[in-house]
Amino acid sequence: MIDVGNQTRLLPHSTAGWLALVAFAIFWAILPWFVPLYYIELGTSAMIAAMLALSMQLLVGATGLVSLGHGAFYGLAAYAVYLVSPENAAQPIWITLPIAMAVAGLAALAVGMFSLRTSGFFFLMVTLAFGQMIFFVFHDTKLGGGTDGAYLGKPLISAFGATLDLPRRQKPIGIYYVALIQLLSMYIGLAVLLRTLFGRALEGIRVNEHRMRAVGFDTFKIKLTAFTLAGALAGAAGHMWALHRGFVNPEIVGWHQSAEALLMILLGGLGSLHGPILGALALTGLSEVSQLLTERKLLVEGLVILAVVILLPKGLAGIRVRKDHAADGADHG
Amino acid sequence: MRNDAWGEGNLRPRLMTISGLLAQCLNSLQYGLLLFLISSGLTLIFGVLGVINLAHGSLYMIGAYATFVVVRATGSLWIALPVAMLGGILLGGLLERYLFRHFYKREHLDQVLLTFALILLFEESRSLLVGNDFYSVPIPTALDFSIPIVEGFSYAAYRFVVIGVCLVLAAALFVWIERTKMGAIIRAAAEKPEMVDALGIDPRRVHMTVFAVGTALALTAGALNAPLSSVYPNMGDGLLIISFVVVVIGGLGSISGAFWSALLIGTIDTMGKAYAPKLSGLAIYLLMAIVLLWRPTGLFGQRT
Repeated sequence: MIDVGNQTRLLPHSTAGWLALVAFAIFWAILPWFVPLYYIELGTSAMIAAMLALSMQLLVGATGLVSLGHGAFYGLAAYAVYLVSPENAAQPIWITLPIAMAVAGLAALAVGMFSLRTSGFFFLMVTLAFGQMIFFVFHDTKLGGGTDGAYLGKPLISAFGATLDLPRRQKPIGIYYVALIQLLSMYIGLAVLLRTLFGRALEGIRVNEHRMRAVGFDTFKIKLTAFTLAGALAGAAGHMWALHRGFVNPEIVGWHQSAEALLMILLGGLGSLHGPILGALALTGLSEVSQLLTERKLLVEGLVILAVVILLPKGLAGIRVRKDHAADGADHG
Repeated sequence: MRNDAWGEGNLRPRLMTISGLLAQCLNSLQYGLLLFLISSGLTLIFGVLGVINLAHGSLYMIGAYATFVVVRATGSLWIALPVAMLGGILLGGLLERYLFRHFYKREHLDQVLLTFALILLFEESRSLLVGNDFYSVPIPTALDFSIPIVEGFSYAAYRFVVIGVCLVLAAALFVWIERTKMGAIIRAAAEKPEMVDALGIDPRRVHMTVFAVGTALALTAGALNAPLSSVYPNMGDGLLIISFVVVVIGGLGSISGAFWSALLIGTIDTMGKAYAPKLSGLAIYLLMAIVLLWRPTGLFGQRT
């Protein structure tokens, strides 16, 4: 469970592991040459889900915080893009992305200040409640088109004054690569972060928060920083959703987003940083297949979750987040 | 959650009068008591079993739909209510025996996903069996009248019945938890589970009872409210969140905390919707934020 030497638990432990990741990234990079447009768009959706799950892994896998409000920051960022670029006023990506991340990060900071005062069940319930508060703002007011949602001008892919102006049929390919670059940057950024003292402190909090406090870490501040950062990264995923779909509705703010992201993490394994990415790809593929086979996509999803939590008590990757230590001694039967 | 679902919408023109205020007070009481039925089950299950049940709102939905189906078949709410109650005990017992029992020692993440899966399965089963339409459940003809309270103001008799049934159930729950041997064991199991083990009491029976009672309370709440709110898909979703707020403010595992907190939230939500509809959605969350700053363990929870 605890690291030995210079390795970081969530990152590959061998050169072969790193090479596999690089090979996988190259595979994704050349994929658009070989598959039809429909699958390119599906790949983009999968990468957006992967970004959301990856940002959540900073909380769940790295820090041991299970939040049900994480999806709200993702949706909030998509709405932020809508608010700065309504349908007839598309903005360049270098304006919309920082705004979306800042809005999501600030919301996470505010929610975290309250919810991190609690732990365990309370933390779950409080993050869920605050997430739903954000949901109701968009659901019940006309701020973002109400319950029906609204179309938005997709941000323009531009940097340093030059805008990438693709013909209509190639636009999804451009968006695919923007998503791939963001996903890779997020993975690399988090991998670097986990190797710093801050990353080690998160690991310490996950294993035993009391001891971390005893040795002098301000654990509240560290957790709040992680929560805010995870929120901002979820914002990047939400921004990507807006860029990909050009549409927002209250559903993307709802807590089912958070639950699905948790499912991706569980599917891919809690013990690695690349796990959520694999879980997101697996779940996107699964829901695509189940949509082809049956009308009842949610029924399939429910049964799959049930099967995973019942049949794989140790998870796919084996290493799990620990529950409260108080439960160790008691036998609940 | 929805204004008209709780029957407040038609009262708006008379809001500013004394009788309007009286009506809102009674509505607050009725909504608060209903919230208590739902959140007391949640808080008991948290406190004693250590499981978070996200599907608790779906249990409320099942109670409402079961009532709709029974009333459609038999025409009588008086058959539907006991059916929901007994059905809840049976469903709760089965869920505990075959699912939840294996999850007490698992991580929060597993519990969250298990109960999320249950939400999806319950809602999909509902959609398969009854469909996705809105249905209304008629108020029994014997109760379909209003009782005059003061000059020019009368209040629906059925709402009084709901208030009465909720109060009886709340009183029964208090007596059961505070005055009976089973209640003492349940309180002990919530505070010191290892002591219950040491005394040679089979914790499995305690767990099953608590889960069955909590489930039955949620189904009963759905059944009682079906004639007032009508039944619709995902109707438990909003109530689940509000019940979480009730539990957070009341303090985890505290029945009396859940009671006062449910009445408080019921009042704030009802009055907010009636007098400040634009702000009402946020009011209860602001209250929760303040409580968390002031006392993170809830207003009625134990200080740590």
